[in-house]
Formats: sequence, structure tokens, C-alpha cells
Amino acid sequence: MAELTKESSHVAQEESQEPKPAKKPKPPKATVELGTPTVIVDNLHIVYKVYGAASDSQKGNAANALMRIVRRQGRPQMKEVHAVKGVSFVARHGEAIGIVGRNGSGKSTLLRAIAGLLPPHKGAVYTDGQPSLLGVNAALMKELTGERNIVLGCYAMGMSPGELRDKYDEIVDFSGIGEFVQFPMSTYSSGMGARLRFAISSAKTHDVLLIDEALATGDREFKKRSQKRIKQMRESAGTVFLVAHNLDVIEDTCSRVIWLHKGKIKMDGDPTEVLAAYNKA
Amino acid sequence: MSQPDSAVADAQAGGGAPESLAALAARHGLRRAIARPSLPAYLRQLWTRRHFILTYATSRTVSKYSESALGQLWQVLTPLLNAAVYWLMFGVILGQSKNIENYPAFLITGVMVFTFTQRTVTGGAKSVSSNLSLIRALHFPRASLPLAYAVQELQQLAWSMGVLVLLILVTGEPITWLWLLIPVTLALQLVFNIGMSLFMARVGAFVRDMNQLLPFITRTWLYASGVFYSISERTDKLPEVLRWALEFNPAAAYIEFMRDLLIYQRFPERWAWITCVFWAVFALIVGFWYFWRAEERYGRG
Repeated sequence: MAELTKESSHVAQEESQEPKPAKKPKPPKATVELGTPTVIVDNLHIVYKVYGAASDSQKGNAANALMRIVRRQGRPQMKEVHAVKGVSFVARHGEAIGIVGRNGSGKSTLLRAIAGLLPPHKGAVYTDGQPSLLGVNAALMKELTGERNIVLGCYAMGMSPGELRDKYDEIVDFSGIGEFVQFPMSTYSSGMGARLRFAISSAKTHDVLLIDEALATGDREFKKRSQKRIKQMRESAGTVFLVAHNLDVIEDTCSRVIWLHKGKIKMDGDPTEVLAAYNKA
Repeated sequence: MSQPDSAVADAQAGGGAPESLAALAARHGLRRAIARPSLPAYLRQLWTRRHFILTYATSRTVSKYSESALGQLWQVLTPLLNAAVYWLMFGVILGQSKNIENYPAFLITGVMVFTFTQRTVTGGAKSVSSNLSLIRALHFPRASLPLAYAVQELQQLAWSMGVLVLLILVTGEPITWLWLLIPVTLALQLVFNIGMSLFMARVGAFVRDMNQLLPFITRTWLYASGVFYSISERTDKLPEVLRWALEFNPAAAYIEFMRDLLIYQRFPERWAWITCVFWAVFALIVGFWYFWRAEERYGRG
């Protein structure tokens, strides 16, 4: 497997054309036949602005702010972060792609860009249908009961009242929170909250599903169930992207792993190999 | 090995000249992830999200009052206390009431009608900027957010109107057939509010200082809208253009319309109708168009 450390991914691409040991035939890990491309990421760059990142010397008091306006300087607290720097890959039907990397390596940003929620600075993301982020958390309100949050979350994902009626019991069962569904979410343990969120957001069928650290919490039994559900989604002709710090989850669930390092792809390929290299680094 | 090693291994699976990723995307009919839908398509999307808009509005109301001991009773108490404060200040202490007959009713009508617009516009200005995490996580037409805030204020208005009608009756005004026009003027005002809040939602999303500035703008607007005084009486000596501008002010128009119905018991003049309808239609078209134009840029951060 090529270790891609060159400046841009174009260089990286040229390199990977040469025969590499990783390309030799191996027993297939994925049981699902690979289909047509669902997501194509073409030399993607993402730059976003961060507010409120002031250094100690530029503490934001009123006098400093006034001086900046007088001197016609921009806000020093506003910094640009180049989170993804030229990433390219093709994802196909039936793939479950794990994305690993240290904190701040651009994993979540990449997922958001695939979901079409962050516009590319350069390059493009091409998708088949609408990829959706398993991120219903943002719509939920902790002061409300689980019941109400299920309704709110399902509507936020774009379900119709009919679909909601069909799925409601399934969500409650899957989350396994029982009678707690009638209590406000603020009374839940973190595991219960995570289970309910996963249950809500995986209730909808997605063509391309993007999961960001959703499996980090929850007990052993729930992890097993959620992995099973991810497998089902994959088999129903979808593509699943999974970001997790827990490498076991990735190894069990994914058929391909992309290692992001400082916004670039460092390695892309078979889970065993990439994870072995990642663990060494 | 069944898994492709990299993008290029994929793109060149057929061998020969490298196919660019863009061409591969085109060949399989893949589209760019970010694109703004056309206006009719956007309206359709918004319609399919109506359940979300309503649920989100109700949930916000429930969640807002869940911390306080009196709970949703505050939906009634807030307008009551508002009316009491203004009446104390302008009715009793500053002694405005000398020239205007039934000043409490005059004042309370003005306060309630203005508050409806003020709260919707203020909420709309925050609706995008304070929901960035939602915008960055889920796909939905972004106009759902200002609309949900408007629906929330509409639910609040139902309580305020109850309080208003009660207080009007207490001050001795009779119930007349003209009251049947109350829903009409409220509907016009709602449409105007939605348009304004869509407009302000986009402004508030990109001009981050707007939320600091907005209280001053709305307060100036409040003082210019004849809530505490009668515009036609006070502006005798002003030049014609300025007087016209004050009376054409949408908030003043909706307030006067409501006072005609509740206090003066007269059918609003043609001028009042024209102003109210004009502002509703104008604000909705401009506000919606302006908001939609930036649809794909919200949440860019």
C-alpha cells in the first residue's frame, strides 16, 4: 500500500498507478458486490472561517476592537482553517468506508462536504441522490420527552406522518429505552441518549449514509445491534461512511478504510492493512 | 482484492488513458452535492416540510417554558405585563392620555400589534444564525427555520389576542360585526412578518452584528409607529412627505387598522387597506426571493 505523503493528491494518484503489494489478490472481505459509483470526491478543498480564536495578546476588549476599526484591520479572531486539502476518491454501491485519523484531521469536515452541507473551496463532490448525515442530534431538544423528540427528529429528516407512524414503535424498540420514552431527554444517561439518537436517525433509509462517531457510546449489546443495522443498510444497496475513534468498530463494520492526516489522504484501502499502519503511526 | 485501493485505481479500472473524476461522475449521472433548487422546486420542498415546521415551532415553545415554574402560563402573563408597564409609563406617569379617548385600549392595541411584528422579525433574524448546527447536520429548505419562528410567534399571538380582546371589553368597547375582520388584518400582518423575517434571517446569517443592533432598530421603529401617540395628531406641523412616510410605515398601518376595528368601530379607509395589502405582498415576495437566493450558502460558517 502506498503511503501518500506528497503535497497534493494528484501526485499521490500518479504514484498509486504503479503496482503495489496491496493490489495483489486477497480473499474478499466484503460480501456485497460492488456497484456503480455513488460518491465521487474530486480534488476537494474545504476552507472555513472560525470566529473567536483570539491569541492572548489580542484579547477582545472594546478598546482593541475600536482600534482595529480605526486602523481598518480585520478581526484577528477570525481565522481560516484549511481543513481538507485535495482529497480524491470514488465510493461505490455496497461499500462501507471507515474514515480514521487524529482529531482535527478533517474527518467530520469531509463527511459534511459529502453531505453537501459545506461548500467546496476548490474541487467538487459528485453524488448519486442525497447523502445524509446521521446527525439528527442537532434537531433534538433535551428538555422534551423522548416521544416528542422521536416525532421531531423524524420530521427533521423529512419523513411524512405516515412514515412516522410506521417507524415509531420500531424506533422505541430499537433504542431499548422502554418507559423512559415519556421522560425528558435531559434525564437520560449518555448511553440512552446516544441509543435513541442512533435509533431515530437510522430509521430512515438512505442511499448514502454518513455516520459521525455515532457508535462511540452505548453498551456492548447495543453496539452489536447498531453494527448489524449498518450492515443491513449497506446491503440494501447503499454506501455507508463511518467516522469513529473506536478502531474495532471500523474493523468489524467497514470494507474499506481511508486514513486522513492533516486534511490529506495518507492511505486508502483494505481495513486490516490501513489500520495496522495507522496503529503503528 | 475486491476493494479498490484508491480513486485512481477506480477511475482507471478499464486501463488506457486516465479518465478524469469529473468525467466518471458525468458518465454515471452523478451530480454536484451543492446546488440551489429552482424557486418552484423550493416551494414544493418547503410544503413537504410543513410537519417539521409545525412540530419544530411547538417543540420550541414547550422547551422554552419548561424551565420556569409557571410554564406556559407565561404566554398569557408576558403580554399582560407588557401592557401594564406601557400603561403605567405612558398613561399614568407621562400623562399621554389627555387627548386620546380610551387611552388604555389605544395603547394596548398598539403594543400587542407591534409586539407581534417585532418578535417575529427578531426571531427571524436569529433563526439561521442560532441554528447553525442543525443546518450543518440535516438537509431541509432553510426557509423552514424563519417560518417555524413565525409559526411560534403566531401561537403566542393567539394568547396575546385573547388578552387584548379581554382588556378591550374591560375598557368598555362593544363587540361589533367589524371584529370579523380581525383575522383578515392578522393574516395580512402575518404575511408581512414572514416576509420581513425571511429577509432579516439572511441579513442576520451573514451580518453577525445584526443581532446586537436589532433591538435599537426595533425600538426606533416602535417610537415611529404611533404606539403611544396618534400619528395624525402629532404630525400636523411636519412636512407632508414626512407625515406620509410615517403613516405608510407598515407597523403603523397594521396598528391603525386594528384600532379602527376594535376602538373606533369604523370600517378602515381604502388607504389603510391598500397600505396593509401592499406591505404584505411586497414583503413576502422580496423577503422570500432574497432568502432563497442565498439558500446554499447558509451554515458555511
